[in-house]
Formats: sequence, structure tokens, C-alpha cells
Amino acid sequence: MRAHADPAVLLPIDGLPALLAALGRDGYRCIGPAVEKGAIVMRELDGNDALPRGLQAEQGPGHYRLVADPHNRYFAWANGPQALKPLFFAPQETLWRAGRGDDGALRFEAVLPEAPKLAVIGARACDLAALALQDAHFLRPERVDAHYAARRARLFLVAVQCAVPAATCFCGSTGDGPVPTAGYDITLAELPEGFVAHAGSDAGRALLATLDLAPATPRQLDAVQVQGEAAAAAQARALPGKDLHDALMRRLDHPRWDEVAMRCLACGNCTAVCPTCFCHAEFDQPALDGASSTHQRVWDSCFGESHGHLHGFNVRPDIRTRYRQWLTHKLAGWHAQFGRSGCTGCGRCIAWCPVGIDLTGEVAALMAEQP
Amino acid sequence: MDTPGFAKPRVAVHKFSSCDGCQLAFLNLGEDLLALAARVDLVHFAEAGPLDPDADVDIAFVEGSVSTPEDLGRIQRIRAHSRVLVAIGACATSGGIQGLRNGVFDAGWVTQIYRHPEAVASLERSTPIARHVKVDVELWGCPVSGPQVLAALNALLLGVAPRDDADKVCTECKRAGHPCVMVTRGIACMGPATRAGCGALCPGLGRDCYGCYGPAETVNTATLAAQFGRFGLDAAAIAQRFQSINSQAPVFLAAAQAIRGQGDD
Repeated sequence: MRAHADPAVLLPIDGLPALLAALGRDGYRCIGPAVEKGAIVMRELDGNDALPRGLQAEQGPGHYRLVADPHNRYFAWANGPQALKPLFFAPQETLWRAGRGDDGALRFEAVLPEAPKLAVIGARACDLAALALQDAHFLRPERVDAHYAARRARLFLVAVQCAVPAATCFCGSTGDGPVPTAGYDITLAELPEGFVAHAGSDAGRALLATLDLAPATPRQLDAVQVQGEAAAAAQARALPGKDLHDALMRRLDHPRWDEVAMRCLACGNCTAVCPTCFCHAEFDQPALDGASSTHQRVWDSCFGESHGHLHGFNVRPDIRTRYRQWLTHKLAGWHAQFGRSGCTGCGRCIAWCPVGIDLTGEVAALMAEQP
Repeated sequence: MDTPGFAKPRVAVHKFSSCDGCQLAFLNLGEDLLALAARVDLVHFAEAGPLDPDADVDIAFVEGSVSTPEDLGRIQRIRAHSRVLVAIGACATSGGIQGLRNGVFDAGWVTQIYRHPEAVASLERSTPIARHVKVDVELWGCPVSGPQVLAALNALLLGVAPRDDADKVCTECKRAGHPCVMVTRGIACMGPATRAGCGALCPGLGRDCYGCYGPAETVNTATLAAQFGRFGLDAAAIAQRFQSINSQAPVFLAAAQAIRGQGDD
């Protein structure tokens, strides 16, 4: 167990509604897990929503099924198709509006999102690490993204320690999980009798204080530590190192890129479910009266033709160059941009690839031979 | 274009072999149709009322495929009378569902099916508008959507090229937050090969995309077909996934032929 400044408390196993109610009293809208179309999705919970219980997310390459958890836990599902990204980096939004004023002159006005206080229940360690990376991109001091910043500003994060990693998880090898260590207001670890809770911020400390909880026992703290170590040990996938920049950049002409291009659909799903991918496209949407237009931003993907389109030619005309761009940017280019890899080991690109291309398998194949 | 003293842009909506569903995209616009009507002169739109098929227009929308001998001459006249020609819908862009007859047409069928076969005048093949005349803009979909038609018309009225989104349905599906039906249910979704524009309507309802918007850019049909095989579809069933609404779109046609070719081995 890592040292926590705050003493741990125990939220009883039936105490989640009290936690949600306390957040609601503080003015937060609660976003949490719900079952939709066969997957765990994060969506707004209303007061009467019971959190899903007794479910695991069975995952493999191109495979996701919700199955029963024999221990009837709340958080035995490792993750769902999206992390926190859509909450802050909106899939589509209006950035600004242009129109003519009464004097005929063009006017531009910023359109900022409504940004309610949000509390997210059930963020995983990989999600928190990914959020920190999105922050590094969208909240660069010299160019803060106003839309992201507005949504991000009033956030309360309830993290959960993973007990049951999916077969697609490899956060242990990226150093981002499975135990949340930073970036949360409260972190929970689920035991049969309740949730061992730590505060990670003043807001989290204040909220826990309102719940009047008993201290966690030394036996419970031991159980939490064992659970975290077991979850790390249970991960079957891994990347061969945290910094693959040089190794990958030496292999830009590796025949494996041709091979994976044969299997890749270029659908872009890996980039859409990746919690750190931040590419977007922008376009204008004229109003029907012809007098104004809005400037839209949508998620984009390096697997699309338009992403590589420059004036007069395309820098990534085929699937080989698009897959190579995705993998080398994620695992190599990010080191120069952000000082670390862009992968936090959540495994979503593996599970949600319709044809089951495995990022860790592709890296292993690239590394198996000398460049 | 709303400046007083100038004539409003003249718009026509023409129909060829089709079900009229794409014309309904206009009629279903509701209030937007009224806003639109204020900006243009709708000079020919049989489904809505005005009839003047040979009028000179700024923008002609053409629904349907070229499927009869009479169509051959009519599309040439329309082209000659139209400054900008927009083909709308699967029939006009790929030949449509009636394109299924291409390559298997047999005059004997007509005598078997119709009491008065002499009344039927059909070309052997159903073909897209661009096969016959220059098409300035193609809007894919079966049917096209109101917002799609409106955005294209609006762009043309403003003098800019309509935005062409040839990305896959998957991009819209993920933006909408739908879990992938191939991954959660193992069903044969055409989304990874199909052009965006519908807003991922079918996957949003938990079912598979059936490709009604035609092929997207840079699609890997061989890999998608192989995945459908792993889901349990046989070669004939896989070929049929590519041979429905847009069977004659070159990418889908080639995919189906390749699969049937393998099946014959």
C-alpha cells in the first residue's frame, strides 16, 4: 500500500447511494456506470439509479461481453468502451459562431459549453492517467482550450482500484495502474464488507467527512494491498518498455506494417476509444437563413483519408501509413510532445477493434526482429 | 442571394427509377422547408406540386437511376438545363436496389412475371446518373437525410462546395457513444466499409449497419468479409452483405465478386 496522507475509512457496501446523495447535495451531477447495449457505459445517474452490481467485462481482441461476477461486486467490470474523454473533449461541439451585425459587419462570438459540476464515479487508474495526458494537451499554459477547460474545471473524481483486470489490460507495464495513485478526489477499493476510501484532495476530504465513516481496519488495508498486487499480477498482456521511441522509429520500414495493414479496417475505432487520442477536425455549418454559421469541432482519426490530406497530396494514402502513424505517434511521438508514452494500458484499442488487432501483439512482432 | 432585385436561385427536383424516399427528405424538412422556400424558386418538384421539367435551373437534384430507354434522353435534357446537378440517394449514385438485376437480366423473367410484358420497357442494367452525364455533387444514402440535403443545398446557395464526408459509419458511431455491435454481439456490421452520413442509425438501435450509404474511402472489404466468416456467415451470406442497396457501387461489387469467386473454389 502506498502511503496516504489521510487515514482510510470504510464506506459500507450499501453506502454508495449515500455517497451519491452527498455529491448531489454539493451540487454535482453524478456520472457513473450503467449497462447499455451490452456494455458498461458512463452516463448521468439520477437519484433512483442503482449502480450495476455483479458484472464482469469479459474482454479479448475484438470481444466484449458482460458476464456474471460470482462475488456480486459493484466494480468487478474492468472498463467499458469509453473512459473519461467524451466528458471533456466532446465528440462534437460548436466552438464559435459568425454572423453579420445590423451594420453589415462580420461578427465572431465564442460559444462556450454549459459546464455543470460533474462527479464521476468509477474512474480507473488508466483513466486518470489518460485524463492527465488530455490535460497536458488541452490545458497547455500557452494555449488553453476554453471548451475543454470549462468542462474540466468543476470535476469531482471518485476512482476505483481494479480488482478484476480484463484480459486486454496492460496498465501494469505502462506504470499507470491498477491502483490509482493520483488525480482523484476520493479513491475506493471494494471489499466484501465495503469500500476502503481515501481522500486525495480537500474536496474529497470534506465530502468523506460528511459521511461519518469508521476508520478502515489494518486487516482491510492489507486486503486492499493484496487485491492491487493480484490485479497487477493477473495481467497477461504487456508492452516491452515504457519508452519505445527509438526502437519504433528504427522500424519504420518493418514488413510488419504491411502485414497489419492487410488486417486493419481503417475504421478508426481504436482512436475513438483511446482515452488519450485528441485529434479533431473542424468545419463550418451555415445556418439555413444564410446569415450566420457555426464553427464545429468533431473527433477525427488518423485512420481517415482527410486526416492526412495536405494541399495537393496525402501524406498517409493507405492503411499501412495510417496504422504506422497511430502506433508510432502513440508510443513514440508522445515522448517528445508530452514526456511520456500516450498509452496508459487500458486495452480498449484491443477489445474494440472489430477485427481484434492487438497493440501489444503488434509491438511484440515489430520488436521480435532487428530493424 | 437574398438581395432584393436579383432573381432567386431556381431549383428543380427530378425523379428517375426510385422509390421517392429521397424526395421525402425534402418534404420531411418541416419548417426548414419554409425557410428554404423563401430563398429559392422551386420550379419543378412533381412530388410537391410544381411541374416544369425542362425549365432552366441553377440547381437540379436528381433522384433515381437510369433504368429505362426514356431515362437515357431525359437525363441529357436535364443536364443541359441545369447549372449544377446533384445526384441524391443510392439509386442515383450507384444504381440502387434495382441494380441487382445487372448481370443477371433475363428477358424471359419479364414474360413470366408480367401479364403484359410488352408494356415493360427496361434497360438491361440500372446505372447511376454519373455514368451518363457529369454530376457535380453526389449525396449517398438510402434514403438521403433531410439535414444532408439541406447542408448540400445551403452550401451551394452560399457558393461553396458541400462538405464531403467519406469517413466510415464507425466515426459517427463512436462519436455518438454506441458500443460496437461487432464487438459486443458478434454480428456482421457493414459500418467499417460504409460511408458516414446517417448518424450511425442502425448501430444506435443495436443492430448491424447494412451499407445503405455506399462505400466509404479506403475500405478493407477482404478483411471485413473474413471477419463476417468468423461470425458464422457462409460465402453466399457474406456476398449478400455487400450486394444489397448499393450492389453496383464498384467497391462493393468487387468485394462480392471476390467472395463468390472464393466460394466457387
